Amino acid sequence: MVLYKPVKQPETKRNQRWKRFHRDRVLLLLMLPGLGYFLVFHYGALLGNVIAFKEYVPFVGLWDSPWVGFDNFSAMFSDGDFWHAVWNTLFIAVLQLIFFFPAPLALALLLHSLTSDLLRRFVQSVVYLPHFLSWVIVVALFQQILGGAGLLNGFLGDAGLNTVDIIGNPDAFKPLVVAQVIWKDGGWGTIIFLAALMQVNEQLYESAALDGAGPWRRFWHVTLPQIRPIVILLLIMRLGEILSVGFEQMLLQRDAYGPEAAEIIDTFVYYQGLVNGNFGYAAAAGLFKGVVGAALVYTANKLAHRLGEQGVYR
Amino acid sequence: MISRTAAARPAWMEKPKPLTLVAKGVALVVVLGIVIMPFVVVVATSLASNKEVVANGGWVLWPSEPTLRAYRQIFNGGIVTDALWVSIGITVVGTAASMLCTVLLAYALARPKVYGAKPVLLLVLFTFLFPPGMIPAYLLVKELGLLDAYGAVILPVLINVFNLVVMRGFFQGIPEELYEAARLDGASEWKILRVVVIPLSKAVLAVVGLFYAVSYWNAWFHASIYLEQDHWPLQQVLRTYVIGGAQLADSGAAEAGNVAAPQTIQMAVLVVATVPILLVYPFLQKYFTKGVLTGAIKS
Repeated sequence: MVLYKPVKQPETKRNQRWKRFHRDRVLLLLMLPGLGYFLVFHYGALLGNVIAFKEYVPFVGLWDSPWVGFDNFSAMFSDGDFWHAVWNTLFIAVLQLIFFFPAPLALALLLHSLTSDLLRRFVQSVVYLPHFLSWVIVVALFQQILGGAGLLNGFLGDAGLNTVDIIGNPDAFKPLVVAQVIWKDGGWGTIIFLAALMQVNEQLYESAALDGAGPWRRFWHVTLPQIRPIVILLLIMRLGEILSVGFEQMLLQRDAYGPEAAEIIDTFVYYQGLVNGNFGYAAAAGLFKGVVGAALVYTANKLAHRLGEQGVYR
Repeated sequence: MISRTAAARPAWMEKPKPLTLVAKGVALVVVLGIVIMPFVVVVATSLASNKEVVANGGWVLWPSEPTLRAYRQIFNGGIVTDALWVSIGITVVGTAASMLCTVLLAYALARPKVYGAKPVLLLVLFTFLFPPGMIPAYLLVKELGLLDAYGAVILPVLINVFNLVVMRGFFQGIPEELYEAARLDGASEWKILRVVVIPLSKAVLAVVGLFYAVSYWNAWFHASIYLEQDHWPLQQVLRTYVIGGAQLADSGAAEAGNVAAPQTIQMAVLVVATVPILLVYPFLQKYFTKGVLTGAIKS
């Protein structure tokens, strides 16, 4: 309850604005460090994208480097290496959609079917853990387990079977990175599906069971339709991020497997810019990815919103 | 919200068939095994003696004569010890700075009808859609003169938008009456934040703080492009010596005859880089589902 003094004369807009500004001055002060961060390190850096239209000359710096118009972009569009990186990115993204996307869903269904809370919590604690490890550790662990002198080949050798050549083999790169992402985030991804499964009304299962539906029919006619909206939502969101397939993961292994197998758009930007020093060219590739990526994410969000509404009313 | 709270099977559910139970059991054991096994191998190898590691071709499942030699060697001064201190410093300072800025901004954006809050929020959310890109970010750090300064691995990632949104959502959930009551008592916004909001938000502060700490601890990419080799954190050292296969040129390693096998050392570094995550994990576990979910639903 705040009592205002009666206003004698109508206030001008400017006056009101000044009053609100004055009233919120402490909050605005609290905002400052965070706002400064976003202005400098996001919008300031965003401005740096002008380098995509310049030829970067280290001696004169970003602002005085000469303009070259769209030269960097036209060079990029006729560069086979760039298109190969795009191809690898999309290929890995599709593999992830097919093999990684369903993994958390399957695991969530398994976890949800456990009647013992204690067991379920234990398994959850274990499978969430790899999400918090760095990619450096995950890649090192895979190297140790699947490498030429690793655990897997040790077992295969002891059993008198052929050993497998995975680590360092370019042909094995794409399945390997999908396996890595399943190991790291397959458990973590169950959180959202488990939350959806927990919210399915228990009475639906009960009446289906009373009508004589067995476990499979309940799964098919109750569980799946109930969680379909969230599955479709996540799928669309993932499609929006199709140009991002895990920069750190790829960069760590790109040298060992070679650009033919392992170059994605992000690592292309890294090697062109930070390794070879073609900053303008690399920034053009990065900007291309940023613009297309933002458009895709925006479209995906719109689409998800529309389908989300339908999902509620159907 | 959670429909099944009781541990027991509901009355309408039929008894599971033995075959189903076996299949589920096998699936669970396989999943758990795949997650846990790598850790066992790494810890075992880091503790194994040279003879055993060499005889076994580079890995050990159960060390017959466990020894801490590898750990003694990496903690004995040298690259790994230095990197460990760098990582601890970056994690502590970075988390403190990130928390301060995130709490302040989240609080100001959570209060209703603050002057200018809407455009600021849009400005923040837009960065989610359109990140600046690697090259411009690098050039900015260079122009700011932050190359080879520890600020280069903290300042560019000071606020995480997801963490900010989660925290703002939590602050918005605090009943408005509490704010009003505090204001009637004459408390300033700053005092309300300290005395009312923060004590009520321990759970979300813990989650977000741990998320920040984990991400600072795990970070290596910015260090690899901004910092000179002798300022590297542990993860970047791990990358070079374990994934890259370079030899650890430790001063301690020069003492002939008392040197652990390279695999053992590598695995010991891996363990040292992982243990802090394992230590904070139970706390994360305790809070995160709650914090993450409230944030996820809000956004």
